[in-house]
Amino acid sequence: MKISGAKIVVETLIEQGCSTVFGYPGGQVINLFDELYLCRDRIKHVLTAHEQGASHAADGYARATGKVGVVIATSGPGATNLVTGIATAYLDSVPMVAITGNVPCSLIGRDSFQEVDIVGVTMPVTKHNFIVKNVSELADTLRMAFKIAKSGRPGPVLVDIPKDVQTALCEYTPESQPVIPYPLSFAKEEELKKASEIINASERPYIYFGGGIISGKASEEIIAFADKIDAPMGCSLMGLSAVPSDNPHFLGMQGMHGHYASSVAEDEADLVIALGARFSDRATGDKNRFSKNFRIIHIDIDNAELDKNIPASLAIQGDIKDALTRLISMVEEKKHATWSERIQELREEEAHRVESARSGRELDPFAIVDIVSEYEENANIVTDVGQHQMWTAQRYPLKKPRTFLTSGGLGTMGFGMGASIGACEATGRRSILFTGDGSFGMNLNELATSVTEGVPLTVVIMNNGVLGMVRQWQTLFFDKHYSNTTLDGRKTDFVKLAEAFGAKGTRVFTKEELRQAVQDSFAYNGTFVIDCAVDCDEFVLPMLPPGGSIDDIITEVK
Amino acid sequence: MDKQYIIGVLVSNISGVLSRVSGMFTRRGFNINSLTVGETENSDFSRITIAFHGDDEIKDRIIRQLDKLHDVKAVEVLEKHDTVTRELLLIKVRNNSEIRQDIMTAVEIFRSKIVDYSPEALTIEITGETTKIDAFIELVKPYGIMEMCRTGIVAVERGGNCLNSMNN
Repeated sequence: MKISGAKIVVETLIEQGCSTVFGYPGGQVINLFDELYLCRDRIKHVLTAHEQGASHAADGYARATGKVGVVIATSGPGATNLVTGIATAYLDSVPMVAITGNVPCSLIGRDSFQEVDIVGVTMPVTKHNFIVKNVSELADTLRMAFKIAKSGRPGPVLVDIPKDVQTALCEYTPESQPVIPYPLSFAKEEELKKASEIINASERPYIYFGGGIISGKASEEIIAFADKIDAPMGCSLMGLSAVPSDNPHFLGMQGMHGHYASSVAEDEADLVIALGARFSDRATGDKNRFSKNFRIIHIDIDNAELDKNIPASLAIQGDIKDALTRLISMVEEKKHATWSERIQELREEEAHRVESARSGRELDPFAIVDIVSEYEENANIVTDVGQHQMWTAQRYPLKKPRTFLTSGGLGTMGFGMGASIGACEATGRRSILFTGDGSFGMNLNELATSVTEGVPLTVVIMNNGVLGMVRQWQTLFFDKHYSNTTLDGRKTDFVKLAEAFGAKGTRVFTKEELRQAVQDSFAYNGTFVIDCAVDCDEFVLPMLPPGGSIDDIITEVK
Repeated sequence: MDKQYIIGVLVSNISGVLSRVSGMFTRRGFNINSLTVGETENSDFSRITIAFHGDDEIKDRIIRQLDKLHDVKAVEVLEKHDTVTRELLLIKVRNNSEIRQDIMTAVEIFRSKIVDYSPEALTIEITGETTKIDAFIELVKPYGIMEMCRTGIVAVERGGNCLNSMNN
């Protein structure tokens, strides 16, 4: 029997295992939304306040589960509003399928109402994209989109569907199961053998890992590997949550705002083993200085990442879980006594520096993170972008993979609200969003969505009345010219705002008030905003200045 | 060390593929010296020949990024000593009696041909390697080039190796 293109879209989504999609209706997807209405008992659609929020929600859904997140928007502005969300997913390798409506084929290219060439616009920020001009290709194109999104290094794929393709009729035969990703490629045996020889010969190995450990499901392997070769581990922002924060070999994030011990240990290593990481400029600083003292073994599923940012002594392409499993059996068991002592020394030095650099104010950022984590169990930890993001990344005791959701590569302020909602929908668990008054201001309209959905969401605003990260740079590098970073003209009352949206809210100034608020919020099965008063001159430390190196590390600002 | 590389890229013959390939170069800051594209013996595929300047590191990055594109089916560096390369030039020069004979001689020596003749202009077609085309242009420059159009490099490997067999 022939069915409409719109129905084919919905049936294919269901066939691909989608139970929840995020989006916003509009003129060119009205047929699609009609089918979503008819199929509402088989697939849930979450209506957001803005398409950007929907794209971040699909992203959060995917990050929290590893499943493909799906977002639907109309043509023109609906589609362009997705772009930031798609780019966010692209930079952090998140599997996503974005479906956009477009004007009918006959109107394309004529600057019709709400027409935009979204395939052209999103080409640089998608893994691949399609426009479907023939309904007979619709189901297979959508299947291919899912296949590409979840194969190898995951990423977003956009499918643009003109309205007449949605209304056209075509035969549809459901597939019995979701598409299977392309086969993984595996590291060559001789390359791994070479790697094991280099590792065996190393006296001061350091493991630097990234988000690839999470998407490659290699957490257990990397821990066993670090144990066997007795190496400290540090990670990029994207690597956080892959390894429990309290793992004895784990030193935390390295790089621009990484842990002191982690960054210094990396610099003092004679070998850096990079696993599922891409040496972003935020992780390396000055590229010429970065790898002056050590050799590099780089293993990644994406061949294009090898030798892209930092040349490696040995670059190996292949699935990370498999490569690690085989490496573990190849390498010798080691104990690096001197190196371990040095690491211990660095840890102690770090603890001292952290305490010394803390402002000692009643509600300093680390106190906020500590108190929230004290009461939290099994939540999705989400951040926006800025100082609060780094404080959370540095301090939060993460336990399980996929529990830390943050916009790493693109650094998208406003990511958090959508991502939190998506993670709640995906896991059924509470999301805790750490945000700043700047980031929260970008997409706070999504309070409407979280209230509508009734999801358990705690929003912790580190409210310092400034755009703190930029202000920090202005303090350190721009003679305290606080150009457009002071928000004291804003009179936003976040408690009243929360209440206006139908959420709960409270403002806290002390640790005691925060403890109470956190408990109240965790007892409440809805959206609860905790507005924390933070001083505007709290710094994220340590800091490697942009383009600088470990030699320039700033650990204290007086 | 900087040198010119020529790569052959086999791509799906579908709309937008040229944007994807050339867009990758722009987006990642690689420069293209010349790019040619045309259908292959199999109408499902097009072949793009790209010439660019760079060092080995840049070449490797370009190859790896191209390989990643969904519509790219095969990429190969065409080594100079093992490759037949050709360019085609159409060039229009002023036709006047004083220089006509010189041009005719040049046309003959370069094994090119005059494909259009009018009282005002001569149009010459010449095929060959880039260096030959460059030399011919230099030669006729003093006679007054009215307009010219060159195709950019096309190239295939010598012997039995084929780009399309890399795919299998």
